[in-house]
Amino acid sequence: MRARAGALTRGAALAFLSGVSAAHAAETGSVENGERLFAECAGCHEVGQGARHRIGPHLNGLFGRRAGSLDDFRYSKSLARVGANGIEWHADTLDAYIENPRTFASGTRMSYPGMKDAAERADLLAYLRLFSANPSDIPEADPTARGTDHSVDPAILALEGDAEYGEYLSSECTTCHQASGGDAGIPSIVSWPEEDFVVAMHAYRDGVRLNPVMQMIAGRLSPEEIAALAAYFEGLGP
Amino acid sequence: MTLDRRTFIGTAVAASSLAAPMVHAAGHGTPRVVVVGGGCGGATAARYIAKDSDGEIEVVLIEPTRVYYTCFFTNLYLGGFKTMEELGHSYGTLAGEFGVNVVHDWAVGVDRDAKTVSLAGGSTIGYDKLILSPGIDFVDGSVEGWDVTAQNAMPHAYKGGSQSELLKAQLLAMPEGGTFAMVAPPNPYRCPPGPYERISMVAHYLKTNNPTAKILIADPKESFSKQALFEEGWMAHYGGMIERIGPDFGGDIVSVDPAAMTLTIDGEVTEVDVCNVIPAMKAGRIAEIAGVTDGNWAPVNAADMSSKADPDIYVLGDSALQGDMPKSGFSANSQAKVCANAVRGALTGSRVFPAKFANTCWSLIATEDGVKVGATYEATEEKIAKVDGFVSQTGESAEVRRATYMESEGWYTGITTDMFG
Repeated sequence: MRARAGALTRGAALAFLSGVSAAHAAETGSVENGERLFAECAGCHEVGQGARHRIGPHLNGLFGRRAGSLDDFRYSKSLARVGANGIEWHADTLDAYIENPRTFASGTRMSYPGMKDAAERADLLAYLRLFSANPSDIPEADPTARGTDHSVDPAILALEGDAEYGEYLSSECTTCHQASGGDAGIPSIVSWPEEDFVVAMHAYRDGVRLNPVMQMIAGRLSPEEIAALAAYFEGLGP
Repeated sequence: MTLDRRTFIGTAVAASSLAAPMVHAAGHGTPRVVVVGGGCGGATAARYIAKDSDGEIEVVLIEPTRVYYTCFFTNLYLGGFKTMEELGHSYGTLAGEFGVNVVHDWAVGVDRDAKTVSLAGGSTIGYDKLILSPGIDFVDGSVEGWDVTAQNAMPHAYKGGSQSELLKAQLLAMPEGGTFAMVAPPNPYRCPPGPYERISMVAHYLKTNNPTAKILIADPKESFSKQALFEEGWMAHYGGMIERIGPDFGGDIVSVDPAAMTLTIDGEVTEVDVCNVIPAMKAGRIAEIAGVTDGNWAPVNAADMSSKADPDIYVLGDSALQGDMPKSGFSANSQAKVCANAVRGALTGSRVFPAKFANTCWSLIATEDGVKVGATYEATEEKIAKVDGFVSQTGESAEVRRATYMESEGWYTGITTDMFG
């Protein structure tokens, strides 16, 4: 409960401080278009499996990370200062940064003029968030989690979950994820909308999400079992 | 000891003649499950049966300690990343919220014909199903010169709690440039990466507080869990401090002299300042008393963790001989849920689902340098068999290692909540 309250407070504080429209930041962009737009970034940044630092740092695990915090990348003083001030990368802060990098961090070495179209920025962020696992994908804690662009077969999404079987299967989850909804170190998975849960689990199965523990656990769950878990956890109150 | 029915009857008679106890039979009303051992296997099983049966099953948990100190994460206590208080957990929620009857006593006998467990305090408790999750005990004489009377001079620190505090006090009292020695255990043993995480945490402490000190490991095993990851980390963080002597150089021919504080490896005597002796292990004694062990461990059926010697007894965690799963807290917790589902089904007719097992072990090598190894398992006729697994890679970025460490912290909170409510 403590961690949950903290997350909400942080979200509220950021929305207030940054002046970015929360509604706008919460909108979900198109992953497909975002991938196309990433070409503008790809000269300096890599993202995805095996991504390395190039002129700019790799962008895996970006959401939820403190700005300028990768040990093995040399940041500008300006960006390091932004990080030292406690700014974390979430949809709202990234949106502001990409819109006009030098307004956000005056001395940044990112020599990118900015992406002026808000819808395009939302698309780009929807794409980038695919490469962030935790904790930014907690639906209720961070607007980055709202994206449900995916390639999951509609027949799989339509499966009716057996919540009682889900309860049994859930005992494998609750070794790490607390049934109470606490989310210190490992994100909460209670009260997720069923579809988000199913999409997330299939993203681990398909290797789109990278955490190896989750890839292993999701990898041997059948679509029926994932539906059962989704049905159970959706009904579990925090 | 083999699966000899006479042996355990003899023990049970001996135990019951001591106290002429009153037998509280399970009777015909609410079925009763007795769980011996309140650790990762036992506490989890007790909690899940009580929680899911909703009063249809009476659950008795027998555990001698009032506060349970987890054995996992004691290495982080040695390294200064955790306090002992943070590792202690009470049984209050199991009793208060889930209605588990928590009995703080030692189980000293099992009468399989009468289906009763006798306690050191004199009571006898009847059961319909008995779950044994007693963890480990040590094999007498496995390290020459060491027995339980020597554990103050040379602690094992492998059961959590006071032994770990003792080892830490000795580490803090080491003279400048002194030697910390470890006698590592032979396979199979609790927590395969545990001794090597411990070495990492001791080195972390010494690097800051006693940088000229040395660490010496005598190891009977040719290789060990996450070896490449540990060796890479030791080189990077603690270069030159740690020396490991494997069996090719006599690491398996070891004796100790607790009075003289010496460790002898293949005839060569070394004076040491701290000596952490981790002896060979076997199932917790009560499993042997119950007559369900074969050799050092208790064979079980993979589908439900029932003993191969008795269908009304189940054995969880470190004590069980089950197949491919490592002896770990995560494994015991995983096995407990399969067992709880099966026991509930047998006693109340509730739905029984197919067994699924998983394990992940995180280890900390240095500050925010975490690694992990994990696998999933299934039940076959023969054993619990590995399905799929992964292990952290050498050369991972600091960011990945930090995330792994944060994940391990989250897991600690998760599993202890899963055990104790």
